[in-house]
Amino acid sequence: MNLLRAENISLSFGGLTAVNDFNFYINEGQVVSIIGPNGAGKTTLFNILTGIYKVNQGKIYMNEEPIDGLHARKIVSKGIARTFQNIRLFSDMRVIENVLVGAHINTDYSFFDGLFRTKRFYEVENKKKQEGAKLLESLGLEGRLSDYADNLSYGEQRKLEIARAMATGAKLLLLDEPAAGMNHQESEDLRVFISNLKNLGYTILLIEHDMRVVMNVSDYIYVMDYGKKIAEGRPHEIQSNEAVAMAYLGDSEVHL
Amino acid sequence: MMLQQLLNGMALGMAYALIAVGYTLVFGILRLVNFSHGAVYAFGAHMVVFFIGMNFGLLPAVVFGILLSGLLGVLIDKIALNPLRKKKSPNISALITTIGVSYIIQNLLVLGFGSGRKSFPKLIETRSIMIGDAQITNIQLLMLVVSVVLFLSLTVLVKYTKIGLAMRAVEQHETNAALMGIPTSFIISFTFFLGGLTAAIASVLIGSHYEIVYPTMGMMIGLKAFSAAVLGGIGVFYGSIVGGLLIGLTEALAATWFGAEYRDSVAFIVLILVLILRPMGLFGKKGLNKV
Amino acid sequence: MSEKFTVDKIVIASIILLLLGLPLLGFSQYVMRIVILMGIYTILALGLNILVGYTGLVSLGHAGFFAIGAYGTAYFMIQHSVGFIVALTIGTLLSGFMGFVLGLPTIRLSGTYLSIVTLGFAMIVQVVIMNWDSVTNGTLGMSQIPKPNILGYDLNLANHGIYYLMLFLLGLVTLGCYTIIHSKIGRTLRAIKSDELATTMMGIHIDRYKILAFVLSASITGLAGGFYATLSSYIDHNSFGFDLSILILCMVILGGMGTIRGMYLGAALLIIFPEIARPLMSWRFVVYGFVLIIMMHFRPQGVLGWRSRRKYPIPGEVKKSYRMVEVEE
Repeated sequence: MNLLRAENISLSFGGLTAVNDFNFYINEGQVVSIIGPNGAGKTTLFNILTGIYKVNQGKIYMNEEPIDGLHARKIVSKGIARTFQNIRLFSDMRVIENVLVGAHINTDYSFFDGLFRTKRFYEVENKKKQEGAKLLESLGLEGRLSDYADNLSYGEQRKLEIARAMATGAKLLLLDEPAAGMNHQESEDLRVFISNLKNLGYTILLIEHDMRVVMNVSDYIYVMDYGKKIAEGRPHEIQSNEAVAMAYLGDSEVHL
Repeated sequence: MMLQQLLNGMALGMAYALIAVGYTLVFGILRLVNFSHGAVYAFGAHMVVFFIGMNFGLLPAVVFGILLSGLLGVLIDKIALNPLRKKKSPNISALITTIGVSYIIQNLLVLGFGSGRKSFPKLIETRSIMIGDAQITNIQLLMLVVSVVLFLSLTVLVKYTKIGLAMRAVEQHETNAALMGIPTSFIISFTFFLGGLTAAIASVLIGSHYEIVYPTMGMMIGLKAFSAAVLGGIGVFYGSIVGGLLIGLTEALAATWFGAEYRDSVAFIVLILVLILRPMGLFGKKGLNKV
Repeated sequence: MSEKFTVDKIVIASIILLLLGLPLLGFSQYVMRIVILMGIYTILALGLNILVGYTGLVSLGHAGFFAIGAYGTAYFMIQHSVGFIVALTIGTLLSGFMGFVLGLPTIRLSGTYLSIVTLGFAMIVQVVIMNWDSVTNGTLGMSQIPKPNILGYDLNLANHGIYYLMLFLLGLVTLGCYTIIHSKIGRTLRAIKSDELATTMMGIHIDRYKILAFVLSASITGLAGGFYATLSSYIDHNSFGFDLSILILCMVILGGMGTIRGMYLGAALLIIFPEIARPLMSWRFVVYGFVLIIMMHFRPQGVLGWRSRRKYPIPGEVKKSYRMVEVEE
């Protein structure tokens, strides 16, 4: 059974077709990457999957349940959470508070529990804070727990954004260029980090330009160009695919 | 009767539009609601009264008063707002700063002229002109004509001159405009100058229509003009004309249908309804998130 | 725990003691009235702070909610001879309901557009007050609003009852704000202020929270209004103009948006200033303008608007560190 499956989805803005008749699926526990040149429609695809944009055509299933057309916040409760290409943390809040906002939908007490400080409030709140601290510890951010998000280093902010997504309880994480702007060592750490996430049972859909990361962590790769799927396969298959090389034509930066 | 109200509403509406355009010009460039604009409006009328009192003669007094208001606009930007921009302060700091500026101007006017109502000197002898069974005073006619001429010249300025092109460039993206060699700080000053100028012209017109001036005269009318700017879609030039006219006309009609006491609220009711149906105003652009 | 924490406790305890003992210091009724006004404005600032400071929605129309609370309370006390507590509750609820109504447009409006709707709302409230003669007594205003009477005791300036009533309400609102802000509700509001889209992507129904913020803010403001009506015993439309909305906003920003302590200072400063600067006549508002401008330039986050640098307490860990301190000692 596929965890997430998109069937023939299309989206156009005015005359521009951003995503064109795209098909793909992810099985539980996989790391799947979407690669392609800038402007290929990768982030648009993420925006569709997370409910920010609605498709013109096609269906999307999560656990065999249709999720296309659902409001973005409902999709989170179906178990999909994401990060953003340009980091969008709650910068004026502490690291742990960012995680606690992520855990909001699982933080089960009412307004009046909060106002009157009921027993339930303390129980749930304490549990969530402990879980949040544990989550941060597992990502190596425990020393930063009390810091404000905008005081973190770039790499730490990327990690915190992932932690916040994990806190929603999602099983499927959509990571939008997590290695962007990272140096060699940081992206190496990220590679290990993503493998660890996989071992923890998370399913990951990754947009990434850093081929060292993509080729090392992916179970399966989809290649997009001009909104279309131009290739798919295992990393070694993609590396030897001519259409992919064509899409990246002349781009000597990319070492497939 | 109907025609009469339409005429009254149009004359007043064009004056609202003249004030609204000052809000819109500044908002377009700085994404800032300039709460000192109403005070600049009051300043203009008082300066004209002052210069006439100094025996400058009518026309020079009006011209001086208007130019001085334009300069006041520039001064506000240079002294109070520009330093905030340099520090990249949050937008709300600039908003509060303009409120502070308006307190200063208004109360300096109180200190200089007293807080009471003073009569505004007659610019021309009032006469009535009959159109069908409705009458319009020559001052109302003047309001209409001056506003239309002013709007036409502003449109030409913004659309067809080099400085207008620069203004639009700064509105699109200040940093990029600066990189293209546009003297952005001059353009911003110029925008404030235009804002002060139009506000003062409006205050002279409205002052001679109602024949009174007082330091807080810019408060209510400023809020209404601001509403007109938002109604049309703040930051959109012709939006303030439509917004101003719409508010002027609904006010005039509401005064006949529901009684004059409801006049002030009807404008705001229309505003709220329009905003709920069209959240960005009638001609507004998307993506304005800062106050 | 840390030293700072105990210092804080001592500061707060002494302020509470000072406030409780203030009537013993023998100030004149004039001074006590100003102190009570400070309390009312602190409540107003706390109310507006929920919207502006935490949720990031700028209201320019809180005078409207203040008026609804005041007129609602006064109307039921005078016309229906309802007791103070019931009337105040009705006034608060009425204002809260209007907060709900005004919160609905937040689903579609943002930024400047929302602010202008709040401004328009307050203007409409003022016009309604001036014309709804049968309820508001029109432009003449409502006079002879009874002083609060609780369990048969008249509370007034002379017996300091009304002062302690103010303290009680202020304490209640402060505690309420504190518990709400330090719960998932407050976190969500602050997240909305920081990034609406990111908050939505956490699965949060942000419209509901924005409306909730409006309801809370309006209720608190209405409560202050109802109390104000009985304190001053006379209200008319002039007490609830645009200036008032701006004054509350200035208190919030001057004191320090998004802090509770800042609201106390902001209200105190802006109420005391015109009183002690009385000899300056009209110059005082010129000075006031300059103070605003200079503050915004040198300290835009407000006088007390710093971020807490204290360790964020994680339950369970707290006990551990306690034990460690004990062992060390």
